[in-house]
Amino acid sequence: MSRWWKQVANVFWQLVLKDFRVRYRNMSLGMFWSLLNPLVMMAVLTFIFTRIFRSDVPNFPVFVLCGIVPFNFFSLSLLTGTTSLVDNANLIKRVAIPRTLVPFSTVIGNAMHTIIQMSLLLVFALAFGYMPNVHWLWLPVIWLLTIIFVCGLSLATAALNVIVRDMRYLVESTNVVLFWMVPIFYPFSAIPEDLRDVYQYNPVAALVLALRQIIMEDSSPASSLLVKLTVVSFASLFFGGLLFQRLQRRFYEHL
Amino acid sequence: MSISSFAGVAPGADNGPGDSMERDLLVDFRGVTKSFVRHAGHGLLRQTLQAFFSSSGVDRFVALNNVSFTLSRGEGMAIVGRNGAGKSTLLSLVAGLSTPDGGSVRVRGRVGALLELGTGLHPDLTGRENLHLNAALMGLTRGETIEREPRMVEFAEIGDFIDEPLRTYSTGMMMRLAFAIAVYTSPEILIVDEVLAVGDARFQQKCHKRIQELRDEGCTFLFVSHVGGVVRDFCQRALWLDGGNVVKDGSCDEVLDAYEAAMNVSTTPSAASAP
Repeated sequence: MSRWWKQVANVFWQLVLKDFRVRYRNMSLGMFWSLLNPLVMMAVLTFIFTRIFRSDVPNFPVFVLCGIVPFNFFSLSLLTGTTSLVDNANLIKRVAIPRTLVPFSTVIGNAMHTIIQMSLLLVFALAFGYMPNVHWLWLPVIWLLTIIFVCGLSLATAALNVIVRDMRYLVESTNVVLFWMVPIFYPFSAIPEDLRDVYQYNPVAALVLALRQIIMEDSSPASSLLVKLTVVSFASLFFGGLLFQRLQRRFYEHL
Repeated sequence: MSISSFAGVAPGADNGPGDSMERDLLVDFRGVTKSFVRHAGHGLLRQTLQAFFSSSGVDRFVALNNVSFTLSRGEGMAIVGRNGAGKSTLLSLVAGLSTPDGGSVRVRGRVGALLELGTGLHPDLTGRENLHLNAALMGLTRGETIEREPRMVEFAEIGDFIDEPLRTYSTGMMMRLAFAIAVYTSPEILIVDEVLAVGDARFQQKCHKRIQELRDEGCTFLFVSHVGGVVRDFCQRALWLDGGNVVKDGSCDEVLDAYEAAMNVSTTPSAASAP
């Protein structure tokens, strides 16, 4: 490994560690928060959709958790990714590290929390009688694709947020909309037929569908869905990178 | 040309395929101009749209105007000038943090971070965690950080506080830690920004000794100072900036004498510099 890569790896790892430490340093419950949030959401949504609006989806807690975990990852990592350059302005104004490392490290840090939440999901799946199967091997693949998607998107929003600070609020609003537009608490079959194709182009929705297919339906994700997820993820990384490249000359002036 | 650090070459700087720079020329500014867009507040959407749709030219502020100088290995150069003279802009160009609008900036070698008090240290992290983060930012690998950590901790003289969060530190302790990290990352170009003015006399002496050591190892220095006897000890050269223009570039004593004289005489804010 060349010296340059060692330096980059070290900065990257230190930035991830910093986010982790700063987030949990002053909390008495620490990492437990990563579990508490999806548990509460799961309990509330299960209550509403089994006792108030009767949903005929079996094993609703597992079903809804398959929606909450991807949504949590997406909303939180995109938001923190968006503000990452501005939040770390005092670091990147002093040294010329590759600036892309900052949003990347934020997204990867969030992905680590997702590992905890995914473990929770798998524990619930086992508790509800879903057995591990060979299709679980797809889990890292679809997660990786989604992480690539969010990395690309964060590059774009983080760069824009440096120059136009309202990006942050745009992302927050998008997250609220997305909570309803991603099939978190309703099944894919409830979506009108003519909209299903469009839905699959949303990587978060695609991830939710894939998780349900893998865990609850004991099958591998549909290949059409995998193709769309792959295309959208790499397109996001490409165009996000392009925009970042174009805007980063102006960062110093705006930070 | 080897780029030993990601801090090595300014983005967009012309490194050229060949080795057109002399071996020992580390910094080469030729006719460098840098201006900033004036924006009241930060780039809000309304202003961005206005700027986008209005055809009138944007209001620009010239921070550096046709600045040329070179710096060779082992040289120490002081940069003097009043607030707003363009010193920080010049340093940001050397550090590769921004790119010039005109002229060329060539920097070779690993540039140490801009040393400004407290920046880059996170209040919620411990001294040691900050040390690891900052060493990484300044281009050390993990192995190098671990190897140099004891020396940095010893130099900073903050004892058991090294494992306490930084918000419990006094200003002096923060400064010592920041300085210890910076001088033990062994940059090829070290930028020292007013930092030496802080700390007690004994620690200052230690800093001077360490800077002397670095100089003997061939480290190149850029000192930023309003004025001071310290810079005369370490710098052979000085550059006097005013309003983005080079007023004088020459031997340290010569430039500093002229600068100090001008500063003492001048009472009006704008007329002071022009000879």
